[in-house]
Amino acid sequence: MEWEVVIGLETHTQLQTKTKIFSGASTAFGAEPNTQACEVSIALPGVLPVLNKEAVNCAIKFGLAVNAEIAPRSVFARKNYFYPDLPKGYQISQYELPVVGKGAVTIQVPAAGKNPAYEKVINITRAHLEEDAGKSVHGAVEGMSGIDLNRAGTPLLEIVTEPDMRSAAEAVAYAKKLHELVQWIGICDGNMQEGSFRCDVNVSVRPKGSDKLGTRREIKNLNSFKFMQQAIEFETRWQIETLEDGGTIQQATVLFNPDTGETRAMRSKEEANDYRYFPDPDLLPLEVTEADKARVMAEMPELPEAMKARFESEYGLTGYDAATLTASRDVADYFVAAVKAGADAKPAANWVMGAVSAKLNAEEKAITESPLSPAQLASLLKRIADNTISNNAAKQVFEAMWAGEGEADAIIEAKGLKQVSDTGAIEAIIDEVLAANAAMVEEFKAGKEKAFNALVGQAMKASKGKANPAQVNEMLKKKLGA
Amino acid sequence: MINSSLKTLGQMLAKKEVSSVELTQAFLNRIDTFNPEINAYISLNHQKTLAQAQAADAMIAAGNAGPLTGIPIAQKDIFCASGWKTTCGSKMLANFVAPYDADVISRFDAAGAVNLGKTNMDEFAMGSSNETSYFGGVKNPWDFTRVPGGSSGGSAAAVSARLCAAASGTDTGGSIRQPASLCGLTGLKPTYGVVSRYGMIAFASSLDQAGPMAKSAEDCALMMNVMAGFDERDSTSLNREKEDYTRDLYNSNPDKPLQGLRIGLPKEFFAEGLDAGVEQVIQAAIAEYKNLGAEIVEISLPNTGLSIPVYYVLAPAEASSNLSRYDGVRYGHRTAEYTDLMDMYCKSRAEGFGAEVKRRILIGTYVLSAGYYDAYYLKAQQIRRLIAQDFEEAFRHCDVIMGPAAPSTAFKAGEKVDDPVAMYLQDIYTISTNLAGLPGMSIPAGFSAGSDGKALPVGLQIIGNYFDEARMLNVAHQYQQVTDWHARMPEGLA
Repeated sequence: MEWEVVIGLETHTQLQTKTKIFSGASTAFGAEPNTQACEVSIALPGVLPVLNKEAVNCAIKFGLAVNAEIAPRSVFARKNYFYPDLPKGYQISQYELPVVGKGAVTIQVPAAGKNPAYEKVINITRAHLEEDAGKSVHGAVEGMSGIDLNRAGTPLLEIVTEPDMRSAAEAVAYAKKLHELVQWIGICDGNMQEGSFRCDVNVSVRPKGSDKLGTRREIKNLNSFKFMQQAIEFETRWQIETLEDGGTIQQATVLFNPDTGETRAMRSKEEANDYRYFPDPDLLPLEVTEADKARVMAEMPELPEAMKARFESEYGLTGYDAATLTASRDVADYFVAAVKAGADAKPAANWVMGAVSAKLNAEEKAITESPLSPAQLASLLKRIADNTISNNAAKQVFEAMWAGEGEADAIIEAKGLKQVSDTGAIEAIIDEVLAANAAMVEEFKAGKEKAFNALVGQAMKASKGKANPAQVNEMLKKKLGA
Repeated sequence: MINSSLKTLGQMLAKKEVSSVELTQAFLNRIDTFNPEINAYISLNHQKTLAQAQAADAMIAAGNAGPLTGIPIAQKDIFCASGWKTTCGSKMLANFVAPYDADVISRFDAAGAVNLGKTNMDEFAMGSSNETSYFGGVKNPWDFTRVPGGSSGGSAAAVSARLCAAASGTDTGGSIRQPASLCGLTGLKPTYGVVSRYGMIAFASSLDQAGPMAKSAEDCALMMNVMAGFDERDSTSLNREKEDYTRDLYNSNPDKPLQGLRIGLPKEFFAEGLDAGVEQVIQAAIAEYKNLGAEIVEISLPNTGLSIPVYYVLAPAEASSNLSRYDGVRYGHRTAEYTDLMDMYCKSRAEGFGAEVKRRILIGTYVLSAGYYDAYYLKAQQIRRLIAQDFEEAFRHCDVIMGPAAPSTAFKAGEKVDDPVAMYLQDIYTISTNLAGLPGMSIPAGFSAGSDGKALPVGLQIIGNYFDEARMLNVAHQYQQVTDWHARMPEGLA
């Protein structure tokens, strides 16, 4: 039988607010345990939550970015369960009425093997505001478990998709797209190691062609795209094998073990808590007006799709180039900065996507960590444009600039890479080459086009690569009467 | 001096006829004499209290005194007060020392009032007799064999026995008004949202409201001037302009001060279940109001009978969640020995909570459970709206509503402890105002002989429309100008 995998994602994004969602305590990562736990964070008797408006702005921003409905009235509910890192014994979340409703994002799924790259729309079911829990710390104190409540109350936006994805590659493409988007609009720092962006993946399989969903298992807390890919692939194989062996899938929460590459059931959903959701009487319903939306819209950066269209019309880039550059806000910013510093758009695009990206990949660096600034790249591209250096020489200059050897002009000077554009000097070189290669000249005159290229090569060689190739071409043609 | 009004005490302090330290010491002496018997206070700290009195004297000397500066006030042990043991009447918090101040406490501190101590109460404010307190019952100063009512029983007894000049209370279903009625005081539960709940240990968040318990309406008005006000730390606190709650008290027509006031009498408040002696007192009070110029209108609050069932779905639902934080992890009672986390939770909560609290946690957990939520919680919310609509309709025909605050006078200690439903019926006339969020008062209206012939106080309830506290206080005040029920004091406590 042929099987189809069905995947939906729930992503917890920590919102980049200075203070917690229901109190004034700081949200900064990495402080000493419990130093950012105020009376509200530790749920002392009598304390009350007050909603952080900045968290609401982040949610609205996200809703606008995915063209979602934004609820004029949404409600905070209590999700009741006992756990040591949950100080109140309930989590304040949104249940029946979330702040962000149905929306969508378009993903680019890369080519794989003989399958070409393609685009796909993934529907967002909802996104809701809630508070993060604290952390249990094991092993810090002999024989005891510690509780660190610094994270308790950090604002989260939980983004839930429809079960729209049909492969691990699609799921990863969606997660990457979302990861980029939340950083693009500035609501999340995207730091997966610190837990700012955590994905839960619901996976089920069904016979291809069936329109009934299979029983799903939820892979919890994946904190890298690589693990997500591995986990989904393993889980999919496991579910198919189980079914093919005549077994059944039990709804469950599973954890991925990166060491073994396997998923394993953590607890069965059948013994799951009854969370006894009810509206939190300590908080008023959250109201979002048209004016609120307009205010957030005004603060919104240009979104990737809009920027892509602009790159095509304003800079004459191809759709592919524009999409590649706008896949990441940092890359787009880098490109725009280079153009603003005087680089021509097309070569700038080529260099950013080519040499710069290759270097960054090789060194596993983000573009924000690039040793070559956009202005430096522009200064280099200007020297190509004004014929000071050849493309070949430019590569050497680029390497030197990357290695921190200085600015473009100084390197060109120091390495003597300036190309010769003096007509007299080039003419002298060509005359010399023609004299020394009479046979080739004859061949050319006899109709062998290849001989021309060989003569150009000789001339470039004689100039030690410094002659302006365009000028060499032109003058050679003139001399040969071609 | 111990019988003086807050206004008189303020004048004596201002004129330096007495210092705050002297006044405070006088009350502390009475507490030392009578509290061991009455048990109105859970926590006392003479040193802290007297230090505050000294600071108040300095404020007075510096000319910075307000109306309550230097006046000794008792605080219900539901309010967190920095450095004070704050128990909420529970073993769970028997050793909890609050590291911060409730908004109510901050306001009294800023006003220069002196905190005399933390008063006894039903555990987590769940009860109508003060008998669920981990720290023992409180005796009704009018008859030591009887309960003071609850849950603010300690505050009520403290005011009644003159163990403080006035006290704070909280009212979720009648916890200010019913004990005020049973102890012969004036108590006001304000409109929901007028007094901040920040730092007030939650029982049922959508119903809890703090208010004053004092000897007179005028005293309550002065207390309200301190307690009320917007607090951004409480999202349900209402951002309204600061009011002077005494503003209506002193400018009435002396002959017919309540001329034109329409008093609504809900027929459901004078039906079966009301003690005949109590009804007599209430009717006499209504007659007095006619003399003051008021006009009587019969009204109906048809859903009154549903208020108790609705309340006993919603309040336990909220409580079951509010009390989840008492898990033995961060503070409060933790069992001595346990095998694992679940065992620690179960034993800590089983040991830390009393029977009534457990009963309500179980009811609340049940009504919120999957499959029952719609039938109980959601249904109760719908009826809650109907109850509020009843009042809305009633206030089209009258300015204030009057009736009994409690169905009977103070009952004997132990009489209802094994019958929770009989206990719950104590709040039959008060609960609907909490469900509607309306303000309600109880004022002394006379006495009725108990089963053993002893005269016991009866409270008249006054229910007002939203934010009508100033008018209600005047309605009460005018009655107190022509009667002296509020000024009477239990015998044997001189």
